[in-house]
Amino acid sequence: MGELLRQTWTIARKDLLLEFRSRTAIVSAVVFTALVLTVFNFGRDPTAVSALDLAPSILWVTFTFAAMLGLNRAFQLELENQAIEGLLISPLDRRSLYWGKLLANLAFVAVVEAVGLPLFVLFFNVPVGHVLLPLLAVMALATLGFVAVGTLFSAMVVRTRFAELMLPVLLLPFLLLPLTYAVQATARLLADRPLSEVAGWLRLLAAYDIVFLAVASWLFPYTVDE
Amino acid sequence: MLWAEGLRHAFNEGRVVALDDVSFNLAAGQTLAIFGPNGAGKTTLLKVLAGLIRPQAGSARVAGGRRAIGWIGHQSQLYGHLSVRENLLFWASLYGVPRAERGARATDVLARLGMTDRAEQPVWSLSRGLVQRAAIAKALIHEPRVLLLDEPFTGLDLGAAAELRALLAALRGAGRALVLTTHNVDEGAELATDVAFQLRGRFVQYAPRAGRGSAEIAEAYRRAVAGTNG
Amino acid sequence: MTMAQKGRWLVVTGLVLLGGVYVRALAFTPVERFQGPAQKIFYVHVPAAVTTELAVILLGLAGVFYLFLKDPRLDRFAESSAEVGTVFASIVLTTGPIWGKPIWGTWWTWDARLTSTLFLFFLLVGYQVLRGAVTDGALRARYSAVLGICAVVLVGFIHLSVYLFPTLHPQPIVLKPSKPSLPGAMLLTLLLSFGVFLLLYVGFVMQRYAIATRRAESFHG
Repeated sequence: MGELLRQTWTIARKDLLLEFRSRTAIVSAVVFTALVLTVFNFGRDPTAVSALDLAPSILWVTFTFAAMLGLNRAFQLELENQAIEGLLISPLDRRSLYWGKLLANLAFVAVVEAVGLPLFVLFFNVPVGHVLLPLLAVMALATLGFVAVGTLFSAMVVRTRFAELMLPVLLLPFLLLPLTYAVQATARLLADRPLSEVAGWLRLLAAYDIVFLAVASWLFPYTVDE
Repeated sequence: MLWAEGLRHAFNEGRVVALDDVSFNLAAGQTLAIFGPNGAGKTTLLKVLAGLIRPQAGSARVAGGRRAIGWIGHQSQLYGHLSVRENLLFWASLYGVPRAERGARATDVLARLGMTDRAEQPVWSLSRGLVQRAAIAKALIHEPRVLLLDEPFTGLDLGAAAELRALLAALRGAGRALVLTTHNVDEGAELATDVAFQLRGRFVQYAPRAGRGSAEIAEAYRRAVAGTNG
Repeated sequence: MTMAQKGRWLVVTGLVLLGGVYVRALAFTPVERFQGPAQKIFYVHVPAAVTTELAVILLGLAGVFYLFLKDPRLDRFAESSAEVGTVFASIVLTTGPIWGKPIWGTWWTWDARLTSTLFLFFLLVGYQVLRGAVTDGALRARYSAVLGICAVVLVGFIHLSVYLFPTLHPQPIVLKPSKPSLPGAMLLTLLLSFGVFLLLYVGFVMQRYAIATRRAESFHG
């Protein structure tokens, strides 16, 4: 077990180090998020629909797209110089590879969300301060759901043609669930509904996370090994 | 140290035969050079030995498992944006080299390969020959008993190739077993203790080198290739 | 009789019986009180939607077995099930709006059946897109198994979440085919229809499986 954790950390640390060195992906993802939020602003009629009604959907659609950008790069990094082969030849436990990539992806998306949320508050004038903690909980749980399945699928599509297109096509039906739960929870939070109403959605998110983390980590070795 | 028994493997639903009943053993200190044209299945054989591919039939085993294997191919398997040293430390960690030893071993292997002054450079900035050397450093950092080399001379100029040959000759000692594949007889013949020709997945010849020079082996290879095509 | 021939017989029989079900539904089954004659699409839609879901569940199960047994026949079955499921889903998604427009006034509604079938449709199309993008047979089978298993878990999760969190229920993503308590004659028509669609599913899958087998054999030959 200790070995698994150690290897997981080795992989995650390497990915984060690489990301920090080149910074291309994270900067692009952050800029993309800002652009999407801007597009949403110009794409609606402010007199027809209040920001508060649309806000949860806008926020979560933006985060979903940002997550996908992050997920695509996870295994792309390993293609350069065929590092992936080196990883598979080594005694690296395949589950550690999954968990390591998962952690790195989570960190990536967390950074994007950390920039995206304040921008969202700014652009749409939606106060979130009073519900910040529960909102962060929703974000953490939903992001975990996105990345759990996304890490698994990105390992598969990296070896196919049109990987960047394949990933959304395969992944979005799976993201629909945490997305819906997150939007429902966020809507209630922003509408100042009592926490008891939000709790059910949080529990659903947590259930989704547990189920899919288990399934994805079980299935992951089959995507890289014979 | 290395056993292969009845290996069979084919791609594309059986249309491309990569391994056709390949069997051999290697003991410590032996170097097997496998010559064959492109598509003969040499890389597939090495991948089966390395545990990357599970053969459709037969079995292969390396004493000590994955930890005992060092791989050198034409792709370096290094991360471009990390320095040579950072790469070495990463791979050392994956191979279970204790943390306290990693730094020292990295320094040592870099010195052996004459790369000490390049240690902090990012891999993307190195020339092909230096990348190859860095890849060898990576393969050696965990002190593997078995080295698998897949066409390691690809893309190297004459100077770099001669250096590599000298390096491999030095590595042969100390109880290691080496398996080297190439399509150019001159590159590997002098290093080998045993020679095999692989054509269309099959070991058409497999014999100890027995003092033969590379010219003689090249001639035998030419005949073997002509024989199969004729 | 070869599998393809048996399959063909089943399909023909199924289509004939389907005609019979139509007749029974239109002429011999009472008209539903609130929705009128328009409700009769129900006898075709519900079984078709359920069969789509069955196709997804079976391909997922085939995936689980494939990962353990590595038998390519399981992969061929999964491939067939996916295609047949897509056909059934397309039928629901095209006839639904066509039927719905004159009755409800809109082409599309996010009712439980159409929404869930659309969802399954996306899963099935994704499955086939993935298959199309991988050339190596063994890799394709493994990837398909992984995706198929995830799809089944997703479908299962959705069903369970509806039961375990009933207060959150009124949302469009409900895959539970609503089976209201029906009076005898209507229930019988529905059950007959289920039977016919099951027959059609099996028949189509057998034919498709035979094609897949022939394709695989022509490679080895």
